[in-house]
Amino acid sequence: MVSITLNGQKMEVSADKSILEISRENGIDVPTLCYNEKLKAFSGCRMCVVEIAGRKNLAASCSTKPLEGMVIQTHSDKVMKSRRDILDLLISNHPKDLFTQVKVGNNKFQEYAKEYEVLEGSYEGEKKNYEIDSANAAYYRDPNKCILCGQCVSVCDQIQISHTIDFLGKGFNTKVGTAFDLPISTDNCRLCGQCVSVCPTGSLIHKQLANIEPEKIKKVRTTCPFCGTGCNFDLNVVDDKVVGVTPIEDATVNGASLCVKGRYHSDMISSKQRLTTPLIKKDGVFVEATYDEAFDYIATKITEIKDKYGADSITGLSSARCTNEDNFIFQKLFRAGFGTNNVDHCART
Amino acid sequence: MTNSIGEIEDNDVLFIIGSNATEAHPIIGNKMKKAVQKGSKLIVIDPRKTELATMAKYHLRLKSGTDAALVNGLMHIIIEENWQDEDYINERCTGYESLKENVAKYTPEVVEEITGIGKDQLYKAAKLYANTKKAGIFYTLGITEHTTGTDNVMNLANLGMLTGHIGFENAGINPLRGQNNVQGACDMGALPNYFPGYKACDNKDNIEIFEKHWGVKLSDHLGLRIPEMLDGIVDGDVKAMYVMGEDPVLTDPDANHVRKAMSSLDLLIVQNIFLTETAKLAHVVLPATIYAEKDGTFTNTERRVQRVRKAVEPPKGVMLDWVMVAEIAKRLGYKGFDYTSAEDIFEEIRKTMSTYAGITYERIEKDGLQWGCPTLDSPGSKYLHSGEFTRGKGLMLPIEYLPPAELVDDEYPVLMNTGRILYHYNVSTRISETLDAISPVERVEIHPEDAKKYDLNKDSIVRVTSRRGSVTANIKITKRVQPGTIYMTFHFHESPVNELTNSAYDPVTKTAEYKVTAVKIAKEA
Ligand code: SF4
Ligand code: SF4
Ligand code: SF4
Ligand code: FES
Repeated sequence: MVSITLNGQKMEVSADKSILEISRENGIDVPTLCYNEKLKAFSGCRMCVVEIAGRKNLAASCSTKPLEGMVIQTHSDKVMKSRRDILDLLISNHPKDLFTQVKVGNNKFQEYAKEYEVLEGSYEGEKKNYEIDSANAAYYRDPNKCILCGQCVSVCDQIQISHTIDFLGKGFNTKVGTAFDLPISTDNCRLCGQCVSVCPTGSLIHKQLANIEPEKIKKVRTTCPFCGTGCNFDLNVVDDKVVGVTPIEDATVNGASLCVKGRYHSDMISSKQRLTTPLIKKDGVFVEATYDEAFDYIATKITEIKDKYGADSITGLSSARCTNEDNFIFQKLFRAGFGTNNVDHCART
Repeated sequence: MTNSIGEIEDNDVLFIIGSNATEAHPIIGNKMKKAVQKGSKLIVIDPRKTELATMAKYHLRLKSGTDAALVNGLMHIIIEENWQDEDYINERCTGYESLKENVAKYTPEVVEEITGIGKDQLYKAAKLYANTKKAGIFYTLGITEHTTGTDNVMNLANLGMLTGHIGFENAGINPLRGQNNVQGACDMGALPNYFPGYKACDNKDNIEIFEKHWGVKLSDHLGLRIPEMLDGIVDGDVKAMYVMGEDPVLTDPDANHVRKAMSSLDLLIVQNIFLTETAKLAHVVLPATIYAEKDGTFTNTERRVQRVRKAVEPPKGVMLDWVMVAEIAKRLGYKGFDYTSAEDIFEEIRKTMSTYAGITYERIEKDGLQWGCPTLDSPGSKYLHSGEFTRGKGLMLPIEYLPPAELVDDEYPVLMNTGRILYHYNVSTRISETLDAISPVERVEIHPEDAKKYDLNKDSIVRVTSRRGSVTANIKITKRVQPGTIYMTFHFHESPVNELTNSAYDPVTKTAEYKVTAVKIAKEA
């Protein structure tokens, strides 16, 4: 432990944590563009700078540990000016639509620009002119909006462990891309969308969530219906329709990670192919029916069959896709209702 | 799983047999890759060069369907070298002598003959697994979808017990469940031999308990498993079937046989979201709700019971699944189906199963709980079998290697394996326009040598024919498969691989032989 003074307040803090972590623990909102607590420190954006008494240069708080007696200011004039300069420079190189960029999830670059009131870039910045990569069905990549914070590269490397993307080129021409700068596809990418979740700009955007206004979304936490991993995520609902999926930072099993299926499946929920009325087959063709008719038909038939052939002539297939509650009541219908143990579920895998 | 997903990253050794986790369980796969980054060693036993296999310390690329011989070979070496955990065996297991006698036959020479894996590799893998404390076994479909699937699972338990690796953190025997709620469906007793909570349903005491729960007389004999149901239809003993949420015509092996059986029922009720292949054969189809429209719970592969929440209304007029089941029960005059909500059903589940007794919707509002959770203050069980096995002493059972039910011959010279790919989940994800656009067609994996042999290039269409049927598909030329073998998935109804697969069943679990099918291939276009 060391004692420091943070924004005028004396405190005992752990010497192993960064000044950023300590500030956030104390409710001080230090802005960051490249820091991600789940990833190794990249320390490239310098949005997180703080002023340490006696030091000439501002220090990046995400990679600086406190020393005994340090006096730290997180929002001094010098700090604020430095942050505004950084934003100014980035905005000068950014396409004009920064402030109209709609993005569900991380849109921090725009938020900071507003918060620090840097509403336009003052440099006659050279704009980048890259092609937007939209060849895949999952997400857009617009390198012109990239601020090179490196989070996508790190998450792909350290969490998804796929090494699909990296920094390409040098200096002003640095960009993030795939090997040989090929478009994203199933040949080079797992389409897990984790890079999209961490990106603080409009450079990476899920196609399903593009142009959806975040304020309109209702989030409902649930469990993935595909493999047995049981990832949790938020269904994003607008006007009673699921429009996409976003991760939950603190999900027990998967943290903020998802795979392609969990991330992008949700358009199947409102599929036009869904069945909406019961069907009864008459003379070989399906005829629409009410539930009432369908249940009556079933009850009559079951009674006939049970009377004639006994309960063990009735069988049921439950489902490893359905909920526990559905499975429980289904086997109960067979055991306690029909009076048979003839209940199984498909593929015991 | 006897252990938890969260433990994977800190295992020193991951023994992965027949599990293509990075495709079938991507997030678990990522944790395995992370473990490698952190320094743990992988032993991968798989005929295919999977992504994990490329990161493995030892990749034992055995011949398909020879797992039992390989595992026996490992145990042979372990006992020969005296690497077994005597104290653990004495204290917690029975049957060691007969196991020892059985594996004595599986000398490295015999094992090499069967599996194609040489002594040196076998020895190294045995040494590493046996002598690492934090060593866990992971398996999936690969090992259970064989006619000898149950044997394989028991043999892995043998290996785990022999080396004292079950009942601790970062160890254990961990099946990775293919479907999201296989664990839950089994827990709930959607099985012909078990009441909820794995209580045998031909046991007098259990019958009495459940008769008390439900206030009715219950059947005193075991029910039929799926293949027996199908045979029963053909024999005329089975007249009615109610299928909830599945599409056996597309997903069960030997589709033609299934379709024929299903078509001859007096009553087929299908409850599904879509008009599936099976639904087309039905007398009555009941439209169902999708998970995003319901409240309830799923139990994942590490036994974690987690909430499913209603996010949107079902399509107008569509009833919840449990409501339909309850309605049918009520029409027939059955008592005990007056539930008011999914939670209401869960409350009954808690009362009938001690492992779930301590779990309530309130407790799992945020994070799920892992069963073994008998009381309201129990934190759940991160890993099972600590101290002793749930059923007392762990029984070591000698397992013999049996060759796969179907072998290649001159007419069907190619071995076909089936499995999953990353981008799809069984057949349903094809409905998602995004996922279908990402991965629109079946691509049969075929080795470059074979591609040459059959005059195929990357744009070719191949015809794959087995003794049961024939399908066509696009191809992908890759060294992931060995020469003389191909790999297909069961996601694409345009290339219905289950027309080809074998319906020979594992005698105990009745899981079909999806994995090994003899086929011939020819260029179609
Ligand atoms: S989608 Fe996933 S695999 Fe692809 S680049 Fe992004 S993080 Fe990497
Ligand atoms: S694409 Fe986004 S996450 Fe990646 S470096 Fe650019 S701004 Fe950062
Ligand atoms: S998000 Fe992917 S890994 Fe997670 S449960 Fe769903 S399918 Fe499995
Ligand atoms: S957040 Fe500290 S340098 Fe980017």
